[in-house]
Amino acid sequence: MTDAAGAVAAAGAEAYPRIVAALIRITGDWTLAEDCAQEALAAALERWPRDGVPANPGGWLMTAARNRAVDGLRRATVERRKLRELALLTEPEPAPPEGDVVDDRLRLIFTCCHPALALEARVALTLRTVAGVPTAHIARAFLVSESTMTRRLTRAKAKIAAAGVPYRVPTGSALVERLPGVLAVLYLLFTRGYDADGEPAFATEAIRLARLLDTLMPEQPEVAGLLALFLLHHSRRAARRDADGNPLTLEQQDRSRWDHAGVAEGVALLDRAGHGPYALQARIAACHATARTAADTDWPAIARWYDHLVGLRPTPVVRLNRAVAHGYAYGPAAGLALLAEARSGGALDDYPPALAAQAELTARHGDRDGAAALFRAAGEAVGSEPERRVLLRRAAEVTR
Amino acid sequence: MKYMMLVCTDTEPDRDPSAAPDIEKWVAERDANGQRVTGSRFAPPSAATTVRVRDGELLLTDGPFAETKEVIVGFDLIECADLDEAVEVARAHPMAYGGRIELRPLVD
Repeated sequence: MTDAAGAVAAAGAEAYPRIVAALIRITGDWTLAEDCAQEALAAALERWPRDGVPANPGGWLMTAARNRAVDGLRRATVERRKLRELALLTEPEPAPPEGDVVDDRLRLIFTCCHPALALEARVALTLRTVAGVPTAHIARAFLVSESTMTRRLTRAKAKIAAAGVPYRVPTGSALVERLPGVLAVLYLLFTRGYDADGEPAFATEAIRLARLLDTLMPEQPEVAGLLALFLLHHSRRAARRDADGNPLTLEQQDRSRWDHAGVAEGVALLDRAGHGPYALQARIAACHATARTAADTDWPAIARWYDHLVGLRPTPVVRLNRAVAHGYAYGPAAGLALLAEARSGGALDDYPPALAAQAELTARHGDRDGAAALFRAAGEAVGSEPERRVLLRRAAEVTR
Repeated sequence: MKYMMLVCTDTEPDRDPSAAPDIEKWVAERDANGQRVTGSRFAPPSAATTVRVRDGELLLTDGPFAETKEVIVGFDLIECADLDEAVEVARAHPMAYGGRIELRPLVD
């Protein structure tokens, strides 16, 4: 019984986006496609424990979903062409080798992440349609009711139909323009799973989707860079908090609890990740992930990657992190000087990580009282209770 | 699909006015390739009259129905395969730089 349920879960994870994407391409009906894919999974849960797991589970699911779509369309008596195409849609053999054949799942991802949709709708639609995450889970993560999320998803799908959002992967210069938007959705999804109060399963989903995207577009270095970044950050998931849920700094983490297989995979991806913004962040994460101890960290290398990154993304937060890296590489005075530059013009005012970073640099520079005051200010500004506890503890520690 | 391009002014135009393409060229190219069905500039909002009928009575108001800083200064009706093509048409219009363009798909 559990074997069959496990087989359904495994086959479903692989086959779900493929089925939904193919049914949308042919019928143009997003809701029908999702319903049929769900019903196929439900049918498998009922049948496989009794009849045994089929030889080609993904093919079985595709056929079951297709048959339901045919029934659904027949009831709705739509045009014959769609039915004929569905009849041709047999189980997915391994993707055809011809380079021009675009995987349906790629179309689906690009359509869900179309910039004509609101950013939150893109994230939600990608979760629902590509990853198959139940609407109730998505609603919880967005802190809205299930009916609100259902309405939001319905509105997004209605806009796709009414506005003529194409079901297509852009090519040439359009692809160059659109790919960053797709990666941004995955990045947002990942950070949702990584936040203190986030939904950890979303980080796993983001990795799964990035892996899929990397398989489908292996020639795009930033996709490899993004996947590497995810894997390297995610490798620390078991070590990021103490037993009470307080966040631990990299220095405090037990590095034996890092996922070293994940680190190895992330580092290997860097060979073809290039030097785009995600790749640079992944290279920085790799410097941390491959240091045997905190003291072994190659801070000059990290400072160099941040110098590159600030050239591509001169945001206040990147400047802040660059200042911290320089502080470790070349001493607290160098860090404080860059931090003052990053904070000029009021950027990062009341941004707790900036206050905390300035506090650490100030403490290492020898000004204990100044550091304590900054730690307290950071503690007052921070939103999460565990982080507040850590900052107030540091304020007490530096003056001890 | 048909899209109505509502061409509007914007309080924050592109910083470099010389970056905007030429309108005559834009019209000529889209008329030639069939993407532009029709279009025109509007007379200024001061020439607008708003019409309502309430309880059988005709109510006329001087001016546009919404008093905003951004005004619709013209329209183009375009015929495109999908939204991506319509966006390409709109982004090549000078008022995408000097103002903003709202793309409204027609229902049929």
